[in-house]
Amino acid sequence: MSTATYAGTPVEVDDEGFMTDPDQWNEQIAEQIAAENEIDQLTERHWMVINYMRESYLEDGSAPSIRTLGKASGVPIKELYQLFPKGPAKRAAKIAGIPKPRGCI
Amino acid sequence: MSEVAEMNETVDQADDEGAEPIKKVSVIISKGSLEGIYPGLIMANGARMEGIEANVFFTFFGLDAINKSKNDNVKVSTVGNPGLHLATMVGGLPGMSSMVTKKLAGEMEKLDIPPIPEFLEMISDSGAPLYGCKASVDLFGLDKDDFMPQVEDIITVGEFYDYAAGGQIIFT
Repeated sequence: MSTATYAGTPVEVDDEGFMTDPDQWNEQIAEQIAAENEIDQLTERHWMVINYMRESYLEDGSAPSIRTLGKASGVPIKELYQLFPKGPAKRAAKIAGIPKPRGCI
Repeated sequence: MSEVAEMNETVDQADDEGAEPIKKVSVIISKGSLEGIYPGLIMANGARMEGIEANVFFTFFGLDAINKSKNDNVKVSTVGNPGLHLATMVGGLPGMSSMVTKKLAGEMEKLDIPPIPEFLEMISDSGAPLYGCKASVDLFGLDKDDFMPQVEDIITVGEFYDYAAGGQIIFT
């Protein structure tokens, strides 16, 4: 566990840069994490996924699977991979300021 | 250095941050039972989830996974499957395979693991191409129309190696 500074705010992150306290998150932080993860601009479609990830995590304490993400976020799987080419579930979780998803699916 | 210390050093090396990350995998699925098909699908989907390039090659009875008329009716093999801890004679009883499959499918749904046709669609949508093995397709008298539309092509083993170039091959 260490501390990173995003948008001028120190936040707690794990070894891979996932925030461990979702309450420390804000949209400026999201934009900076995105930029560091090769996503220059967060579009409305990115935000749909990010917001769904956060809501889902805050509601049931775990990040959704890629299957659920594709069905319920409003963004189909094909597009998820276009928006987050390095892996949608993990990159979106990182940007959404929630802990690293542990699912295999 | 003590033996334990040496062992720990080996473990540390395996976890070395400097190790080259896997960039590409080619998964071969060669079996037609439920437990023969899922591990390969999970490995391929998991690779894409990590941003690793992947492709999947279906050969021999593994072709059942992409066969439209068969892939929603794939079963656990209950005979010769010691992992089930069922007496062989019991495993062979009529309906046993269906029963075990139904039970397992229910558990998988709870874990959000999709049925095979949906899983293949997901993997294809993730950008991992699916291929059938030409030798097996010829052997079973099938053609491309027998397979899901997500199947990119029927390819020879030589073409498979071309497409696998630069990556790791996972045989299941």
